[in-house]
Amino acid sequence: MKYNFFKLQNLAVTSLMFAMFAFTACNSGSSSNKTDSTSTDSTASAGKNDNSTILGAGSTFIYPFFSKAFSVYNQQTGVKVNYQSIGSGGGILQLTNKTVDFGDSDAPLNGEQDSTIGVPVLHIPMCSGAVAISYNLPGVKDTLNLTPAILANIFLGKITKWNDPAIAAANKGIKLPNTPVVIAHRSDGSGTTNIFTTYLSKVSPDWSTKVGKGSSINWPIGLGGKGSEGVAGIIKQTPGAVGYIELAYALQNNMAFARVQNKSGNFITPNIASTSAAGNIQLPADSKVSLTNTDAADGYPISGFTWAIIYKEQNYKNRSQDRAEKVVKLLWWNIHDGQQYCAALNYAPLSPAAVAVAENILKSATYDGKAILQ
Amino acid sequence: MQESKTISANKNISLRIPSYGEIMRKLRIKKATRPYKQIKWEGFFKNTLVIIALTMVVLVIGIFLTLVVQSVPSLKALGIKYLWGKTWNPVTNEYGAYPFLLGTLLTSFLALIISIPFSFAVAIYLGEYNSKGWLSNLLKNTVELIAAVPSVIYGFWALVVMVPLVRALEIKLGVVPYGIGIFTASVVLAIMIISYAASSGREMIKIVPQSLKEGAYSLGATRWEVIRSVILPYTKSGLFAGILLSLGRALGETMAVTMVIGNTSIIPTNIFAPGNTMASVIANEFTEADRTVYLSALIELGLVLFLVTVVINIIGKRIIKRFTRE
Repeated sequence: MKYNFFKLQNLAVTSLMFAMFAFTACNSGSSSNKTDSTSTDSTASAGKNDNSTILGAGSTFIYPFFSKAFSVYNQQTGVKVNYQSIGSGGGILQLTNKTVDFGDSDAPLNGEQDSTIGVPVLHIPMCSGAVAISYNLPGVKDTLNLTPAILANIFLGKITKWNDPAIAAANKGIKLPNTPVVIAHRSDGSGTTNIFTTYLSKVSPDWSTKVGKGSSINWPIGLGGKGSEGVAGIIKQTPGAVGYIELAYALQNNMAFARVQNKSGNFITPNIASTSAAGNIQLPADSKVSLTNTDAADGYPISGFTWAIIYKEQNYKNRSQDRAEKVVKLLWWNIHDGQQYCAALNYAPLSPAAVAVAENILKSATYDGKAILQ
Repeated sequence: MQESKTISANKNISLRIPSYGEIMRKLRIKKATRPYKQIKWEGFFKNTLVIIALTMVVLVIGIFLTLVVQSVPSLKALGIKYLWGKTWNPVTNEYGAYPFLLGTLLTSFLALIISIPFSFAVAIYLGEYNSKGWLSNLLKNTVELIAAVPSVIYGFWALVVMVPLVRALEIKLGVVPYGIGIFTASVVLAIMIISYAASSGREMIKIVPQSLKEGAYSLGATRWEVIRSVILPYTKSGLFAGILLSLGRALGETMAVTMVIGNTSIIPTNIFAPGNTMASVIANEFTEADRTVYLSALIELGLVLFLVTVVINIIGKRIIKRFTRE
């Protein structure tokens, strides 16, 4: 009996602790604004304790490249980088809350995000990626040629059969089946969708007015798959399916993809060279440009940058100058030495023009108003 | 050392049933040495239980309040029209939950209709015909395993195995052969929820008093007649509670559904058309929701789902109450 009471006492103490945990958890749930700031503090202080770890968050698209590049960087310099691939929108939110040192986004900040963050931020291009138009047409062995008009009409639901005269005109000599077109698109918000719909909005006024561009849009037709693997699953399984997919994913999974006609009228196969070429154009000084429908004659028209995003003024929230320098140096390394790891992972390295612009942007980063890089 | 001896002594005693005298003696010793402490612990234990139980209530209310507070921007921008708005367009910041509300209810109830015959059959067979032995155990454990398998595995299996089958069926029926859509999602859901109604139904059927059944048999009833007019009426509230449990699971299921439903915000025209559910929209679009109203509209979707679940539960409880009163 004596022993039983001891057990009872233990039980009571444990359950009391549980109750307290539950209450604290509950508090943090109902007043998220308050806890936001406290969690920021704790992360910042954690960062201070372990000064060699740089925190980043954002795009899932760039994650394989970052994990490779950052592990090499760690071996070379001893600086650890912890990158969380939570999605571009999430990365921007984390940067706004100042819980990370840099964010990464497949699209530049939109007007609302810009005004929330309040202070100037820098967009540094990291590498570029292409979006391939993949299809499943049993019996068609040759690579299809697609024009911008065909693409827009397919995704608007105006072209419903594969032997449509418009497709046939662009693919003389290929016998097209009478299969209905099934469209596959991303159901989750995605930078890939953003690049693709930006492209369609540029080449088709109809698309621009009826649908528009964004990382999630209201698709007029088609089936949604979650993630690249979801879209790939629909395309692989459904005869007659067509969808857009990251080039890296399409290459790794041996999926058929089309040549797309660019602005200069050339039909371009998406690959690393043609994606890099798309970025070899006159870039604006802030690099915030969509590479879609590129002017480059040998560039693939559906591609885009992914940007690392940092605050222009690096002295915020009691950050040390050392930490600010580490972040800027990491990104500097990424646009130079880091670029060699792009191709193996099917990302397109930055074009010389893009590297030059990125250098200038990084040089404009300041600590207490003084340039960090000399 | 003293203490461990007491323990081992206690253990020895517990091997046999202690006599009345022994129990009394022990209690009297306790009462004599620490009567106050004993009572204090009683009170403390009871209070702890109350606190833990109340925590659950606080948690639910907390979740509800969080959802409401976070939905305010969307409520302000879109108003009550949100509920029957038919377009979900993040580009123009126009959000209507109707297609997803419809999709959620359609898949859940369709799944329920498909699963009920199976779960009742399993419950009656395991509860009445074959309640002991290895076959019964095997079946029971298998059915329970259905609930334990992670839902992403169901989604994957459905995508690889069921979608081609459904597509073949759709070609035969002459509808657009997508393969994925509301029907496929409902079948997967039905499989996932079978075990809830089956397990609780089996337990209910097992506890039907033997005397009732024997009474019916002695009046010349066949086994089917006993099931129909004794067991089912006796257990109907329990069976219904099991169905309610499965429905709750079906309403909130996300991963498996989103993999096979087609994820389109177009209002479905038939059960083979692609659609979307509230849970899968949230899962799909939350990470990249980059505007305040968009994010808030998604949270409001969570609020609607929460309320739908509450309403269905309240209706269910009412029905169970009416059953039990009869």
